[in-house]
Amino acid sequence: MSDESDSGRVAAAALLDDGLVRRLKALACTGPLHDLDTRKTRLDFADASVYAMAEIAFQIIDQVTITMDFDRGANHDAVIRRVLPFIAAQAPDRSPQEHEKVARWVLENLINVGSVDRGFRVFYGTFAADGAYQRLAFDFKLLTELADADGEVYLRASDEAINVLIGALDTDVESAQIAAEIKLGNLIERGKLSDAQAAAQQARYATVQYAERLRRKLEATRRDVRSVDWEEEIPELIDAALTHVTARYRAETAILANIRNARDEATDPERKRRAAILVDIVADCVKRHTQLQARLIEANAIFRAEQDRQQFSGPPQRATVDLFGQLLGPTLQLSVADAAGPAGAFFHGAAGLATPTVVRLRDVVRMLIAPGTERDDLAGALPEPDLMPPPDPDVFGDEQWTRADDLLDLTGAPRRLSALLAEARAEDPALPHLVLLRVLHAVSPEIGVAVRQGDDRVLMAIDDGTRLADPEFGGADLLVGLARVSDEFERGAVA
Amino acid sequence: MSVNVPITDAAEAAKFITLGMRPRLLPARDLAYGDYVRRYREDETFAELTNAVANGLGLAVLACSQQTGLVLAATDGSLFEIKMEDYSRRAAARDRREKMLHGLVHLAVAAVAYPRPADLANDSYIGRVSVEQVDAVVREACRVLDEKAAAAEESLDPLEEAPDLEKTWRVYARRPSAAATKDGRLAPDATRSMVTKALKFLTEQGFLSQVGGEGGGTYRTTPRYQVQVRELAADRAFAELLDLGVVTVTDGHGTLRAVSSDTL
Repeated sequence: MSDESDSGRVAAAALLDDGLVRRLKALACTGPLHDLDTRKTRLDFADASVYAMAEIAFQIIDQVTITMDFDRGANHDAVIRRVLPFIAAQAPDRSPQEHEKVARWVLENLINVGSVDRGFRVFYGTFAADGAYQRLAFDFKLLTELADADGEVYLRASDEAINVLIGALDTDVESAQIAAEIKLGNLIERGKLSDAQAAAQQARYATVQYAERLRRKLEATRRDVRSVDWEEEIPELIDAALTHVTARYRAETAILANIRNARDEATDPERKRRAAILVDIVADCVKRHTQLQARLIEANAIFRAEQDRQQFSGPPQRATVDLFGQLLGPTLQLSVADAAGPAGAFFHGAAGLATPTVVRLRDVVRMLIAPGTERDDLAGALPEPDLMPPPDPDVFGDEQWTRADDLLDLTGAPRRLSALLAEARAEDPALPHLVLLRVLHAVSPEIGVAVRQGDDRVLMAIDDGTRLADPEFGGADLLVGLARVSDEFERGAVA
Repeated sequence: MSVNVPITDAAEAAKFITLGMRPRLLPARDLAYGDYVRRYREDETFAELTNAVANGLGLAVLACSQQTGLVLAATDGSLFEIKMEDYSRRAAARDRREKMLHGLVHLAVAAVAYPRPADLANDSYIGRVSVEQVDAVVREACRVLDEKAAAAEESLDPLEEAPDLEKTWRVYARRPSAAATKDGRLAPDATRSMVTKALKFLTEQGFLSQVGGEGGGTYRTTPRYQVQVRELAADRAFAELLDLGVVTVTDGHGTLRAVSSDTL
């Protein structure tokens, strides 16, 4: 509200005061409404205590504001007619004539018909540039009467009324928008361009807000279609935003034309510059509205595209273990001791539960009293055994083999076969047979086998022409002895 | 839980848990069970109560859905824990090598049933395993490792006094695939017998169901097995491997690949 040129001069400390002044002025604007309710008891034409005057005042201001456009305002009688149903609702038992009187009284008070300049004046204290406290007068109007080209008088809501009573007291985006729009048109008419600039910016903020909300919702849609309510919330948002854009586009094109005129007609260079800036701002607003509109038109298409994409994108992928590559493979490469850990852990995890079984008495009893299974006298067909001939029994026992080993362990000089047989016969009558067979075997010992087995000696029997004199056996009386086995010997023997 | 719950609710929760302990019972086949599952998913207090009762019994709730029913897991040292000794009496008598092989077989069954990580993650995936497949997959893996070792020319023979330091794959590869006992039955410690045992055991536990006899017995997995492997077994085994310092990074596509038969 303070003039730009004023604020340019005040010191930094006084800037703080600006906010205070603004708030004092805003508070003052609500004064006339409170006043209505305090003064209603003094009305002579009726007992007006049943009427809530502040409410009626708001209704009137709203009606005036709504019917305002860029060229005209609202007709007195039209406004009265529109608020009558509301007043009647407050006091249904009073006569319609009284209702109309109340409406006119409130309207006249809002215009403040009784005063000379048809406005209100309040005083407020502030600090002057030199730091001294001073009281200043603030003049404002709520409803103003203007005459159109035909000479007809019509009503407009003042900047103060729109700012405070509609704008500041109502925080809804849409009606703040209406106020800003109307205020702008109003301001331009009155030539207060710096305020018009603020209002244009405010309109732009509303557009930005819509765009931001829409952008967030679309982003959420891209992430997950289901996270956004596309059934009600978004269509409503899009509808509201489209209505806003349509209204704004129309309004701002009109404003733009208005300001262009103001710019071209202005003679004061400062005002001309301001108007030029304002043209830029409004042009920017129009651009933003157009952008928002483009996004709004795309929004449904984005929703459908995302729905298709997410519908057919398959289930979300969870991070899981690659059983073969991350568990089985590595486990196979571990040592047995280490692998017991992961393998055991997997078994315990994958095996499930062991449910302990409880022995039921019923089962035990049933088991005990169950009749014995009857067996057939004939226990089925006897399978024909597939018999194999038994292996030949050993002719010589382990004992005899050991004895023979002892006899043939000829570490010293070679001995005659006859002597060995005689010695064997003295121990066991069957032993000479075994000794004889082993000695005969030693006539051509398997040296290759002996070498492979790693034996260092082998039993050898040599025929030197002596004849064997023995009661049981005949032939040559062989010389029996142990021979050392070595690789050279083997090579020699082979050669 | 600070909420007061009626005693009847506690009884209901316990009843629900006993239904969950019957591994082959499905909510779709039992009306009361289905109601409990629905209640578990919708009634937060009932769910908490069920979890608390399960915890008290030494159980943990892994999952609860109409497909799987209530999937429970035994906590360490719980009464309901299946011990390897109970699973295979021979394993108890023999060294830990046998236990390890049984665990390995179970791991291989799961690996064949869910070849790709995505299969394990996908709730609607149903795997198929046969005895032949499982044994063949492990043997092939062993063969590849053998080739690798041969190429590296390293000696993998274990020390005499420390047979447990032998590589696991060598133990498996050496074990015959099938062997007959004297009376003509399959020897229980041959690898195919171990796989058969594992598959039959898992079927009893409601984790598999047999679909045919080809390949030594073919089975398909149940959603319950998937939950059990995904939520518990794989994580536990993986944690053990991490403790051993074995970290394998794969690209998420699965490393078990089908090779057309003519290249083998």
